[in-house]
Amino acid sequence: MIIEANEFRLLIPELFVLTMTCIVLIVDLFLKQQQRNITYYLSQATLLGAILLTTVLQVEGTQTGFSGTFVTDPMSVVLKLAIYLVTILGFLYSRHYLELRGLFKGEFYVLGLFSVLGMMIMVSAHNMLTIYLGLELLSLCLYALVAFNRDTYACSEAAMKYFVLGAIASGMLLYGISIIYGITGSLDIAEIGRVLSANTGSSTPAVFGLIFIVVGIAFKLGAVPFHMWLPDVYQGAPTPVTLMIGSAPKIAAFALVMRLLVESMGSLQEEWQSMLTILVVLSLAIGNIVAIAQTNLKRMLAYSTISHVGFLLLGIIAGTANGYAASMFYSITYALMAAGAFGMIILLSRAGFEADNIDDFKGLNQRHPWYAFMMLILMFSMAGVPPTVGFYAKLNVLQAIIQQDMVWLAGIAVFFSVIGAYYYIRIIKVMYFDDAKDTQPVTSQFDLGFGLTINSLAVLALGFFPGWLLAICNTSIQLK
Amino acid sequence: MTEWPLLNLIIWTPIIGGFLVLFASDQNRLNPRPIALGVALITFFASLLLYTGFDTSTANMQFESNHSWISAFNINYHIGIDGISLPLIILTTFTTVLVVLSSWKVIQTKPGQYMAAFLIMEGLMVGVFSALDAMLFYVFWEGMLIPMFLIIGIWGGPNRVYATIKFFLYTFLGSVFMLIALIYMYNKAGSFEVLDFHTLKLGMTEQILIFIAFLLAFAVKVPMWPVHTWLPDAHVQAPTGGSVILAAIMLKIGGYGFLRFSLPIAPDASRELDWLIIFMSLVAVVYIGFVALVQSDMKKLIAYSSIAHMGFVTLGFFLVFPIMENAAGMDGAVMGMEGGMIQMVSHGFISGALFLCVGVLYDRMHSREIGDYGGVVNTMPVFAAFMVFFAMANSGLPGTSGFVGEFMVILASFKANFWFAFLAATTLILGAAYSLWMVKRVVFGDIDNEAVAKLEDATTRETLVLGTLAVAVLALGLWPAPLEEVMRATIENLVTVITTSKL
Repeated sequence: MIIEANEFRLLIPELFVLTMTCIVLIVDLFLKQQQRNITYYLSQATLLGAILLTTVLQVEGTQTGFSGTFVTDPMSVVLKLAIYLVTILGFLYSRHYLELRGLFKGEFYVLGLFSVLGMMIMVSAHNMLTIYLGLELLSLCLYALVAFNRDTYACSEAAMKYFVLGAIASGMLLYGISIIYGITGSLDIAEIGRVLSANTGSSTPAVFGLIFIVVGIAFKLGAVPFHMWLPDVYQGAPTPVTLMIGSAPKIAAFALVMRLLVESMGSLQEEWQSMLTILVVLSLAIGNIVAIAQTNLKRMLAYSTISHVGFLLLGIIAGTANGYAASMFYSITYALMAAGAFGMIILLSRAGFEADNIDDFKGLNQRHPWYAFMMLILMFSMAGVPPTVGFYAKLNVLQAIIQQDMVWLAGIAVFFSVIGAYYYIRIIKVMYFDDAKDTQPVTSQFDLGFGLTINSLAVLALGFFPGWLLAICNTSIQLK
Repeated sequence: MTEWPLLNLIIWTPIIGGFLVLFASDQNRLNPRPIALGVALITFFASLLLYTGFDTSTANMQFESNHSWISAFNINYHIGIDGISLPLIILTTFTTVLVVLSSWKVIQTKPGQYMAAFLIMEGLMVGVFSALDAMLFYVFWEGMLIPMFLIIGIWGGPNRVYATIKFFLYTFLGSVFMLIALIYMYNKAGSFEVLDFHTLKLGMTEQILIFIAFLLAFAVKVPMWPVHTWLPDAHVQAPTGGSVILAAIMLKIGGYGFLRFSLPIAPDASRELDWLIIFMSLVAVVYIGFVALVQSDMKKLIAYSSIAHMGFVTLGFFLVFPIMENAAGMDGAVMGMEGGMIQMVSHGFISGALFLCVGVLYDRMHSREIGDYGGVVNTMPVFAAFMVFFAMANSGLPGTSGFVGEFMVILASFKANFWFAFLAATTLILGAAYSLWMVKRVVFGDIDNEAVAKLEDATTRETLVLGTLAVAVLALGLWPAPLEEVMRATIENLVTVITTSKL
């Protein structure tokens, strides 16, 4: 294998994040607890640097390197940028929360940055093993992060559950990959795609492998019936970690689906379409209906994630460039909304008090009208009510699906989103219509409040002008 | 004048003004009320300029403005008005002024947010009436739910949460299917232009499905029997201003939807299913009329009366088809449709006025029960005069606006079918019965209890609000010609469009 020097150019953002993470790890060893802010600022600087490098070094069209195991294309650039941004928000929101709970440690940032690296590799992987590598790097960091508050029972339980089920999912995925390798004799995504589409004989063995891959993906995404881990992990993990699980990894998961299903197994489209259809309908139904019964906001958002995953996969089912672009738009905007919603829980939490019950939001409009309004925007956006970006995300997906004459599926999707609207507006109901139970004034650090304001207003602004992001998603998918 | 973005001004002044009012309330020194009134008045006068600059001789869109908005979907920010949107826009701006005035003293909790919600809603509603791009229409249409949801939920009565969630989910469920229909047509036509949809060729099955999707959205909004059950709840729980906006304008958006979307986009399906709409309308007129008769809550009674009156609107719109089948000529069809339109405007005035009357009483007694009142005329003579007048108008007394629309629809239904006319005409009896019986029990008779004895008559502000509406009701009743003239060309064109098959 000959590696040319200019191939490293493609890898510079990854190398940068890797180096910086190691530096953060080492620097952190020599810091006293009072100086921990340095770790925080270094981590944020790493992400900002990654944004800069990724933007500056983007290449024309698609370029693969390292014997086709690594790819840089417009889609990967856009997705990486979205991942950095959402992670920056995540770090921003979590600092004070961690400080108050004695969790403000360097490991949080090191693991967080490594998970970003994992996602970057997932997004840019062009080989089954690279994909697996990225996915495992992400997952291992997240397992450790979930257990971050190791002395609490809920955290340990959540981490255990996440680890065991995550390992099963990885096993499934790996098994599926090995079957596909057995059939095609290659791990390269483009090569697999070529062999499979040239295959004129029976497709049964390939479908057999496909099933395992779809199951693995469904586990990682949390699509019904492989969603069992999701509510417990969301609820049990410390809120900043829930934020990190619930937001950026969805963007990476979209890339995973694109690389595995669309690029390598495009010729089996009909098969995975029908598999995904079942997953989507179940996810929409279970996610939306079960969310109604929740009293814990983190758990409710977990079920809401399940239903959003349903919508995300809906675009993939359409099986057209339009549909993929719609899913991409959905994953990015969903990550933004989820970051905001979990950020709001962090904001209302104080030392020794978690605001993760729906009742904790009671009367927020009396306590702090501005944050209530921000949460209102986020909730209406998740429900898909215009003029918020959540509406265009849904519109986009529905348009793609209707274009493929699957009007019935669109009908099911909107029907369940009406059911879903109920639990989102219930949050608004407790904020605006109920009297405050909690009389403590809402205090927030400037950076946290400011970040959340920007985040929510971005959701609203993207609702007024979704055009540019739509265009970016469309072109980056079409240029593939 | 046409160079000036007048329509944009009318949409965005109240929305931006609303956000300003929201901020004004945070610092206690700024009173949101005069600011809100100012914004509402500016918007109202600007909408009058629309009327003076309106060319009544054409059915084309006027005051158009068209900018690319979301190019990926070919969605444009395209607005413009014709003869059916203009009256409704003026109705909206007019009513908002009165609502702001009527809530001056009553709303003491978070007046800034209250005023802001109404102003933002005003802008959104004008947007609904002027959007010529289906997606823009949908955005305004759904966006409108948010302020109304908050208005009922925050400032409403004891059971407000139930009412507002029911209202939200009902309307949301109706409209998502409309969204699917719109996307479906976008995939066919390549744009979301409403006027392109009007000329889009569609097969019968497609048309019927599209028609049903629209029907779900608009029938809930109107509301038509049997999907009307959210309305009495919402009305009873909403604060006075919310009830007024709901009755006077929100319901009209359903009727407007039929004219702008259902009829011209799916004319063949409309012809095929006209019996359904006519049946539902007649049930609303007759059955809901009886339901109104037995109500003991004044707001509920007016809410049911609204449903019955809106039945006339949909009846008038869909009479076109039986009339054309009878070869009774275009005039009858136009008359039915114009009757429906006039009924919408007139009902906006009258129901708004009646809700304001109930509001005046409620502010003093904190009761909406008819049984708690009696002999109000002895202590509140001026107010009683207004209330009697509006009740008369509600029952369709000649000389008031209530008469014109109903009479035209009944006349048109004679040309369609005698029995339609017969059933529709029962409203003259039923409407009179429930309106006047309510007035009799509330206003007339001896003073029933001490609370009534202590009542004070309407204040100058209340008299001003009710007086303005009374003038409007009388003016429209005595001289409806200007309104007819505005919409004549558009409606004639519309009748031609919807009687031309698209198959």
